[in-house]
Amino acid sequence: MSATRQQTIRPAPAYTEFHPRWYRPRVSVYWWLGEWHYLKFILRELSSVFVAWFVVETLLLIKALRGGPEAYAHFLQIMQNPAMIALNIISLFFIVFHTITWFNLAPSATPVRMGGKRLPDVMISAPAYVAWAVVSAFICWMVLR
Amino acid sequence: MTKHATNEPFFWILFSAGGMMAAIFIPIHLLLFGVAFPLGWFKAPSYDQLMSLVSMPLVRIYLFILCSLPLFHWAHRFRYTLYDGLKVKHLNELIFAICYGGATLGTIIAAYLLWNIR
Amino acid sequence: MADNIVLEIARYSPESDHEPHFECYEVPVRREWVVLDALNHIKDTVDGSLTYRWSCRMGICGSCGMMVNGEPKLTCATFLSTYARNGSKVRVEPLRYFPIIRDLVTELGGFVSKLKKAKPWLIRDLEQPLSQGEYLQTPEQLDRYKQFSMCINCTLCYAACPVVGLDPIFIGPAAIALAQRYNMDSRDQGSAERTAVLAHPDGVWGCTFVGECTRVCPKHVDPAGAIQQYKIAAVLDWLKSFVTPRGRDVSNQAAND
Repeated sequence: MSATRQQTIRPAPAYTEFHPRWYRPRVSVYWWLGEWHYLKFILRELSSVFVAWFVVETLLLIKALRGGPEAYAHFLQIMQNPAMIALNIISLFFIVFHTITWFNLAPSATPVRMGGKRLPDVMISAPAYVAWAVVSAFICWMVLR
Repeated sequence: MTKHATNEPFFWILFSAGGMMAAIFIPIHLLLFGVAFPLGWFKAPSYDQLMSLVSMPLVRIYLFILCSLPLFHWAHRFRYTLYDGLKVKHLNELIFAICYGGATLGTIIAAYLLWNIR
Repeated sequence: MADNIVLEIARYSPESDHEPHFECYEVPVRREWVVLDALNHIKDTVDGSLTYRWSCRMGICGSCGMMVNGEPKLTCATFLSTYARNGSKVRVEPLRYFPIIRDLVTELGGFVSKLKKAKPWLIRDLEQPLSQGEYLQTPEQLDRYKQFSMCINCTLCYAACPVVGLDPIFIGPAAIALAQRYNMDSRDQGSAERTAVLAHPDGVWGCTFVGECTRVCPKHVDPAGAIQQYKIAAVLDWLKSFVTPRGRDVSNQAAND
């Protein structure tokens, strides 16, 4: 009896004798749409784009002031465009979202210990909210008086 | 001290400072100039009113910081959003240049505009 | 409450499958049953080939972590009645962002090597001689790091963290939290040694404070908080490195205040 081996092309086995082939799931580029918590995170991160937009607007305002009263009046007119107002309202939502998430997360990064115990988080975020209110009131007063 | 493998702490400091500036100061500015004045809730300050405010050196320094730091906050956060959100970490040199380059450019423009307001 | 509930379980057999598929099993709902009880019932009475890890069944060993309806959970701590009440199916999958060996069993070698990189043990320049007795620690010193010491290495945080999924080299929440646990231990003198691994783009700087790790942690370790605290410590260390470029600083964080 001849000991010939059948020469067939077989696909690579799914395992080698002592090592199974692990399944490695791929992470889709749309991973952040799969869960509400992930989406909330990406929206929080995208608030930075609206922060940059505010800086651009402010630089345009300063440029208009340098240009004289007509340039300033023209700038105010552009700001009254309904599309601009809509964009700025959306920006405001995102920036306030940034503020609230920033203040609420800051205490876990900066724990304060007093008398042998860690202070509750609200004692660190509350002063931030108070500072926000005080600063806002001051700026209102400076601009509106 | 042990040497760090990266200068990331520098950018993180800018990100944190910019984030704090943005959180505290930007909402009221945006509310006033972006919503309240255009919608007529309050009368917008006149040219002379605003110029007298902006002529003050302290106000100009404040405006410079208000324009510069939040841009670096955006740069850092947007850079990581591109890495994670669009999975383009392999383009990190390009993204780094665009983000921090943009923030630096904005800072230079702010300095130029505010240096001599008249 | 319904009498039965359907479990949709991911099955993957490397000998015969190229990718996982789901199989449905109907399981009776007992009031006190958890998902792990359902899995054991299936393995005992329906399909003995179902493969999964479990051990203590009381939330302390960290073996039974799985994705239940898309959320990383300890299956010994997740009650069936929660899902039976809504009449919904229970979808059980292996923990996300890990390679799958078979069915619900994930490959943890990568996690273990990341953990070892963080050096989660007491590091001392010089051991105190035995004659000096034990290292003493006040309750306040213990309180500084106790929360981070509660970690049971269940890897639920790795399944929750998107950066772990996107960047396989990112060291991950538990490793950093445990490194911080030792950095804050008054008996430890090894924070400088851990800096090289942690203060690295694939160490803490890869973290963008998503916060999912803290949300899913069954032992309330707050790894996200530990990571941000480490970032601040790393920033201070980096700043100090410009002032004192030579020599290794032997002070540790716990002794610094």
